[in-house]
Amino acid sequence: MTTATMPGSPRGTSETAAPKSNGVVIDCKLDQIYYGSFLAVRDSHVQIEKGKITGFIGPSGCGKSTVLRSLNRMNDLIRGFRLEGHVHFHGQNVYGRNVDPVAVRRYIGMVFQQPNPFSMSIFDNVAFGLRLNRFKGAMAERVEQALRRAALWDEVKDKLKNSGLSLSGGQQQRLCIARAVATEPSVLLMDEPCSALDPIATRRIEELMIQLKQNYTIAIVTHNMQQAQRVADTTAFFSVDISQGNRTGYLVESGPTREVFESPREQLTKEYVSGQFS
Amino acid sequence: MSAREHVAVMTGELPSTRLDRSTFEPRALRSFLLTLGAWGAAIIAGVPLVSVLWMLIVRGGSRLSWEVFVALPPAGFEMGGGFGNALLGTVVVVGIAGLISIPIGVLAAVFLAELGPDRRLAQAARFATKTLTGMPSILAGVFAYAVVVLLTGTYSAPAGGIALAVLMLPTVVLTAEEAIKAVPKVTRDAAFGMGCTRTQVVWKVLLPTGMPGILTGVMLAVARAAGETAPLLFTALFSSYWLFEGGQPRLMQPTATLAVLIYNFSGMPFENQIELAWAASLVLVLMVLIINVVSRLISQRRA
Repeated sequence: MTTATMPGSPRGTSETAAPKSNGVVIDCKLDQIYYGSFLAVRDSHVQIEKGKITGFIGPSGCGKSTVLRSLNRMNDLIRGFRLEGHVHFHGQNVYGRNVDPVAVRRYIGMVFQQPNPFSMSIFDNVAFGLRLNRFKGAMAERVEQALRRAALWDEVKDKLKNSGLSLSGGQQQRLCIARAVATEPSVLLMDEPCSALDPIATRRIEELMIQLKQNYTIAIVTHNMQQAQRVADTTAFFSVDISQGNRTGYLVESGPTREVFESPREQLTKEYVSGQFS
Repeated sequence: MSAREHVAVMTGELPSTRLDRSTFEPRALRSFLLTLGAWGAAIIAGVPLVSVLWMLIVRGGSRLSWEVFVALPPAGFEMGGGFGNALLGTVVVVGIAGLISIPIGVLAAVFLAELGPDRRLAQAARFATKTLTGMPSILAGVFAYAVVVLLTGTYSAPAGGIALAVLMLPTVVLTAEEAIKAVPKVTRDAAFGMGCTRTQVVWKVLLPTGMPGILTGVMLAVARAAGETAPLLFTALFSSYWLFEGGQPRLMQPTATLAVLIYNFSGMPFENQIELAWAASLVLVLMVLIINVVSRLISQRRA
């Protein structure tokens, strides 16, 4: 419990707290996350390994999205958000005193539940992050590369000037992925990226995720257990604790996906993955 | 079971099945009368605009010529003349008003919608602008008279511009705030998620996305300001001369505007001036109409 008072001690202790050797890109130890006085998440320690897909599963309201969004400080935008614990990204505490949340989000990209391209051209959507970072290279090449990685290039190469909003839902989501990977983030967070898509578009995104993990580390929240089994290398199962009158989420167990689904350590996990509650 | 038997079973104890229209049945009658009333009301609502336009076209259109756009207003018994200086004056005064009220209004809207929507300052500003929307326009004139005319010692285009800016500000602020708020939350999230600072979110995403709505508000405010007379009566006043002398703008002097020209000339006992007032009215209405149409086209194209 030496790290319980992490906020305020950014770099010094973090070097010892997060061993970098075993390929852990993000090591988050979330003791407590509050929205105002509401305790949303407690006691969750998750590690996200380089080049793998980590899936967050659990019933609704279990805080899996909150955990994901706390990794790149998106929750800072929510009034009353407070975190006790730490999120180590390459050994540096993301919640350290001298850390700029804007900089964090440039290294840890995000794809959201609703496809949310900007109301600008397809090209400008992908170039958005590059321009933000004052990218001075061959813009068109980087945009093409990002669109290829997102498996969207062939469908849009002739209409890059069209609005991003003119695409179908599945294409929009792949456009958002292209936009996120264009700036070469080291981690990609995906918050239920397929829940607004039809099964065919969902399949395409899942195949894409498996391709993307060659270059990026991915963390994905999903309410779909089959999806977690199909794509995730590691699975973290969260549940809700209503014993204190609150609905507080916490990590039940995490491990290799096969183990979590086939031989879970906890009874609760077993009940959830066998579909006894959701 | 045949179809006939089926119907008999379905209707059960009802005596018979009648599907023909009965006009004088109470429900049908009430519906007919209400429809008639709605049609009538819609026609009556259209009458004022159409009749005003008709009258302007008939009475003002006959006097419309190239001369009225370029000539100076005639004096007493003089024939001919036009309202070139007033047209230019309206453009200049409204332009000054826009230069003041649009940047301030849009930035204030950014504060109200994004930076501090729940702060005391935002609540106070929102209340103030909402109150200002209902303010009689002559008060804006009184204000500008006291603040600008008395201070500078002269009636002038800037004084008129400031009066109109006070009138435009609430419209710009409130519509721009709504337009910025209407940008979906997921779009804001995307911008923050890409690593935008708050300023970048505003400039690169919120303002461009909300632009059609903002533009509509700005155009409405401009159109309204162009037609205002009362605030200009004792700020810009009137002038029979050009705003430019020898190619140099002379802003700090009384300035003619279309609205005030209409007001002045329509009360004169000279046929020539009254005709010019009609023509100026037509031109003013056309200006407002063009602004409205253009703003609509722009917002449709961007949306």
